[in-house]
Amino acid sequence: MAEGHVVGIDLGTTNSLVAYMQGDAPVVIPGVDGSNLVPSVVALDPIPAEGGRPTVTVGNSARRALIETPERVIYSVKRLMGRGLEEIQSELSLFPFRLAEDVEAGEVPRIQLGELRFTPPEISAYILRQLKRNAERFFGSPVTQAVITVPAYFNDAQRQATKDAGRMAGLDVLRLVNEPTAAALAYGLDRANVGTIAVYDLGGGTFDISILKLRDGIFEVQSTNGDTHLGGDDIDNLLVAIALDEIHSEHGIDLRAHPSAVQGLRKAAIDAKIQLSNEQVAKFDIELPNGDRYQREIPRGVFEQLIEPVLNRTAGPCKQALKDAGLTPEQIDEVVLVGGSTRIPAVRQLVDDLFHLAERGKKPHIELNPDEVVALGAAVQADILAGASKTTEEMLLLDVTPLSLGIEALGGTVARIIQRNSTIPASATEHFTTGVDGQTNVAIHVVQGERELAADCRSLARFDLKGIPPMSAGLPRIEVKFLIDADGILQVSAREQRSGQAAQIEVKATYGLTDEQVESMILDSFDHAEEDFAKRLLIEARNEADTILSAVERAPENPAWQQLRGEEQAQITAARDKLASVKQGDDLEAIRKATVALDQATRRFAEIMMEAAVSTAIRGKTMDAAGEEMGDEVTAPHPMAPAEFK
Amino acid sequence: MLKVLDSAVPVACWSCSVAHNDATLFCPHCSKIQPPPGGDYFSVFGLVPRLDLDLGSLEHEFHRLSRKLHPDRFARARENEKEWSLADTALLNDAYRTLRDPIRRTEYLLKLHGAEIGEEHSGKDRKDPSRVPADLLEEAFDLNMQLEEMRMARKMGDADPDLQASLEQAKRKFDGLLDDVDRDLRAEWQTWDAGDAGARSAAQKRMVALLDRRRYINNLVRDVTETLGA
Repeated sequence: MAEGHVVGIDLGTTNSLVAYMQGDAPVVIPGVDGSNLVPSVVALDPIPAEGGRPTVTVGNSARRALIETPERVIYSVKRLMGRGLEEIQSELSLFPFRLAEDVEAGEVPRIQLGELRFTPPEISAYILRQLKRNAERFFGSPVTQAVITVPAYFNDAQRQATKDAGRMAGLDVLRLVNEPTAAALAYGLDRANVGTIAVYDLGGGTFDISILKLRDGIFEVQSTNGDTHLGGDDIDNLLVAIALDEIHSEHGIDLRAHPSAVQGLRKAAIDAKIQLSNEQVAKFDIELPNGDRYQREIPRGVFEQLIEPVLNRTAGPCKQALKDAGLTPEQIDEVVLVGGSTRIPAVRQLVDDLFHLAERGKKPHIELNPDEVVALGAAVQADILAGASKTTEEMLLLDVTPLSLGIEALGGTVARIIQRNSTIPASATEHFTTGVDGQTNVAIHVVQGERELAADCRSLARFDLKGIPPMSAGLPRIEVKFLIDADGILQVSAREQRSGQAAQIEVKATYGLTDEQVESMILDSFDHAEEDFAKRLLIEARNEADTILSAVERAPENPAWQQLRGEEQAQITAARDKLASVKQGDDLEAIRKATVALDQATRRFAEIMMEAAVSTAIRGKTMDAAGEEMGDEVTAPHPMAPAEFK
Repeated sequence: MLKVLDSAVPVACWSCSVAHNDATLFCPHCSKIQPPPGGDYFSVFGLVPRLDLDLGSLEHEFHRLSRKLHPDRFARARENEKEWSLADTALLNDAYRTLRDPIRRTEYLLKLHGAEIGEEHSGKDRKDPSRVPADLLEEAFDLNMQLEEMRMARKMGDADPDLQASLEQAKRKFDGLLDDVDRDLRAEWQTWDAGDAGARSAAQKRMVALLDRRRYINNLVRDVTETLGA
């Protein structure tokens, strides 16, 4: 086939992955460091001394910058996608990021990163570009087409923002696929293809539930529900809050005013949370500035009691999805668990209760790695779209729109035109007329949501129908067609029926970038995409080598260096010299190998450095804070969740 | 009003130029996808308008057509085919959503035949007193009073087991009435499907009345369910 690979991308809150169909099985494409997960963290590198636009680092290496230059790093950007200024204000109080000062109401918010400002889609584009590069490195050929997953409960603006990010990264986004549905595809590959399944997807920041009917390769979504602000982050926040309180009351120290100290605590909280999935008790053991230790045991029972309210918030959406599908829990044949948070035993118990699994002798499906299953499913969908393989030629995904589409009617009420859980693509045709003689414009306000009043729904866009021929009031008959496409994004077209004229529509998306803005934000490197591909790969490999070399260059100055054994230091030095010399040549493979070798040699060093940096941050900053008032509560979601699980 | 926009169908297939009938999704000659045809929802499935449908074969046909029409099948096709795949699939989905639901199907068919029917799903006329079926006037009035009382009691934090029981009983009664309406509707389906123009027109009138009644009862039941579940 002339066209290149279509890859499947899971653009996650905490981690992102790229996968493709290898023969008849989807596989995740590892990054240069050998890891399948690319942390969704983006760091702005220091501006080069000779000037010029700074470059960005993505993933594990960006995570390191979080301690060194936190003001130049952003993570969990997915939470900001497609959201307005007033919506993210509350969200930002949970993050250590700053909004650019010149952002005005109605604009897409921009985040200040060092000396530059970025919109959330631009940040996501950097992550996507990294995944694209990982895939290109893997294939040795350009990758231009992709399927990207989104939470099923994402609204129109959040979907559009994700698509914009793809375009900025130089990707033709063939389809946005809902995450739970993607997971079902991954599971459905090797399963008897009949039955009704529920996918329970509790990730780092979002919760989705989808109910699907499988029949002869057709995956037909019956209903979906969820909460785009509910996930593992909320659990971490609870643990951190408790630790902060106890440290304050028992040791008289308030860590709240110091983001990096809270980051350290958060890392401990995440470790404890993970530990509690396998063990009955976990321990907090943190050295405090006055030399005391904050030590605390958390028995699993206490943990479960603590997180119960968070987990219970997933019950409502599950019940609603069942109701919308017209099904009882007993009619669900199988339940699939997706997302890292479903490793928590209490989550599994809740799912068991919701769907009456144990009493029916059933267990939820956890065979596929919950961190990877969405990307694997995206790869399956990519293969379906490529239309190139026997494995998927009988498969077809029929998804639904998660939210009802409506128009603001007189009195601010909502007239629903497309009901939630309608199979997409879906359309509705509405007629409008004028209220005043000679009127040539009609304004239409489109909203998304289930509430009765437009003000309680989410504003999607305002349309101005223009160029209506002047007639008596009520005489024009303007037919407007609303169409939700297969990505779950609204398209609108209109026509004045009496004159036969196509009415002009001016669309003002309430939240979102214009086409021109997206165009102007296409990442610079993409301009050169047409250049010789091999040359580009070589340049990128050298850049990667430079990044790691310059980090290693400063290593001996770091106190952590002294904690390494002599042979470890020698290994790093040898790997460094090797890379430095290979880098001068044109052997792409040799440069890559040497880069990986150096990366691996420095792993323990990086870990020691992280730990040290965290405890220094706690010690140094809290000394300053002694006697200060309690600061704003900082409970940021954290990008430092370990990338791998046992 | 139920026609899809841009239904200006070429007399000839855009691809092979062989003329075809404009109610086709695919060119009978070269099998290429065509722009959305101008017919009604029934014709999408190759059916003549009727009310008593076999849902099993409707679903089967929906899946068969989805496999051929869905945008996933045209991800790398030319722009015009992509566009028609999107429009055709939207039409197919809209048609399936309408036809598989007995009430929506009935409303749709009656509207095709010029009947004026309130909107089942918009809730526009739920408070419109002129819509109250005469035989239910008194009961509906009592029920609404009780609902109001219940809401007030809830607001004050009082539990009133008698009121609760009375509402539950009313709900059972109205649920039963709904079943009656549905049974009557199905009987009218047979008349309509089998009948000549005269019989159809009479059946149509009765069905419009039944649908009005059903909508009214349905709204009452929903209010009771909401209040009880609050």
